[in-house]
Amino acid sequence: MAAASKKKKIGVNLIIHIVLLILAVICLAPIALVFINSFKENAEIVANPLSIPVVLHLENYISAWETGNFSVGFINSIKLTGCTVIIILITASLAGYVLSGKRIKGSGAVLMYFMMAMTVPIQLFLFPLYYVYANLNLIGNIPATSVILAALYMPLSVFLMRTYFLNVPRELEESARIDGAGTRQVIWHIMRPVVSPGLITVAILVGLQSWNEYLISSTFLQGAKNFTATLGFLAMNGSYGSDMGIMMAAAFTLIGPIIVFFLCTQRYFVDGMVSGAVKG
Amino acid sequence: MKTKKFNWNYVLIAPALIISVCIILVPGIMTVIYSFTDWNGLSPEINFIGFRNFIELFHDKIFYKAITNNIIWTILFLTIPVCIGMLAAMLLLSRRRTRSIYQVAFLIPYVLAPSVNAMLWLNVIFSPVSGVISVLRNLGMDIGSPLANVKTAIYGCAAVDIWHYWSYLTVIYLAALRQTPTDQVEAARVEGCNGWQLFRYIYLPNIMSTVSLMFVMITIGSFLAFDYIKLMTGGGPAHATEVLGTYAYTFAFSSMKVGKAAACGLFISFFGLIASFIYARISRREERR
Repeated sequence: MAAASKKKKIGVNLIIHIVLLILAVICLAPIALVFINSFKENAEIVANPLSIPVVLHLENYISAWETGNFSVGFINSIKLTGCTVIIILITASLAGYVLSGKRIKGSGAVLMYFMMAMTVPIQLFLFPLYYVYANLNLIGNIPATSVILAALYMPLSVFLMRTYFLNVPRELEESARIDGAGTRQVIWHIMRPVVSPGLITVAILVGLQSWNEYLISSTFLQGAKNFTATLGFLAMNGSYGSDMGIMMAAAFTLIGPIIVFFLCTQRYFVDGMVSGAVKG
Repeated sequence: MKTKKFNWNYVLIAPALIISVCIILVPGIMTVIYSFTDWNGLSPEINFIGFRNFIELFHDKIFYKAITNNIIWTILFLTIPVCIGMLAAMLLLSRRRTRSIYQVAFLIPYVLAPSVNAMLWLNVIFSPVSGVISVLRNLGMDIGSPLANVKTAIYGCAAVDIWHYWSYLTVIYLAALRQTPTDQVEAARVEGCNGWQLFRYIYLPNIMSTVSLMFVMITIGSFLAFDYIKLMTGGGPAHATEVLGTYAYTFAFSSMKVGKAAACGLFISFFGLIASFIYARISRREERR
């Protein structure tokens, strides 16, 4: 009897693992194919995309780096992401602090405004904004574009920071105030160390999203010298689409760093995703 | 007499509000105004033409095609990723040790850039020259790229977006499932509930608020669908995959009808607005609990 139920349990576990493994293969197989094909010549890929490479054509990566103009693209991506993260960290954490209690009149209205702003489609503000930027000669300007991305991710970041500030015990701030600390000291010396996990989470979420962003950056960053790495890669597909080996090497040049970054930060990443959607 | 102290908090919240108002609210209001004009984006001349942009849109066959595609997109996203996500979350719930490994593997497509994902599928899976489709063709199957076919193109695009998206739902559902009180689960087990009953009567009621929140978010997201369609088909072939987002974009930057693009953008926002009201109500109710 006990043996039978144990056998059944092993069977159930086996089925669960098989289903989960199938899902994992579906997720990872296309990426693995890119990796395999990035070492092959175009003719080999056309002959059979699923074959294992015989000779490792590492020169694909060198050609990819040059044709994708990645030495410029990665610098631009870092600039765009860096500016966005810095703007978000400063403004959203200050706003999150203010909104984490009844510190100002109308905080409910501000919260409501951010909640609406979170669900606004980009197409509602994109077109006038583009022509305003064009008139101000800001098309192709990376810091100016990062302000748009910051505005886009602002609501979520404010809400995330607000939850972190709400979890700080009230007594901490009160006792500092009694000791004569001003608002600046409270924020920098008392709050900042306590909410630093929140700051890291927000930085990682916003950083990854702005690195990957497509609609805003493709619209506002025109001209090859302003392309981010992803835009350079897309431009390659148009002009260099014939050599698949180089395309695949370029794709993996973009995929590799993101996977490494994600593996290092996945705990913060998952925390951030969840605390935006699940209460408690 | 007590002098009123200056409240520094107004200064602290100002930068975030100013950025958001300048980038989102003011251009948003400009969009509303432009939607009643015939502005082409370049000329200094702007004429108010009343509701003509909207009337023209409602007589436009492609516009209805776009709405239909948005609805198809919504239905696909409310069923397939929700079911797969929930199944994976329930299965992961019982795997204490291997849970995080699976979760990371599932999330990798989610963290990659849409542009990379789209190119990856275009070239490695859908391409009849260098993709898995070409392997199937060599084996003698008569199939082409699903994106080249007017009937299947929208499903091809949706498949890639779903591949990228479903693991997000798994992570959210799993986090919600883990908050289910263990005594309820224990009691149900003692009563002899099977897996389905456990899910239907214990877990699902407990995570219902998260599930409905995600429903609203998916609906909003489906009406905003843009990246994958723009990247993979650009709305083609013959407008078969046109959605409201890509159609508005074409008006603004290809045919230079900014007024019409604004009208189209306003229409998208209308759906978003309804959904965000529901979203605000659900999360309010959540906070009160």
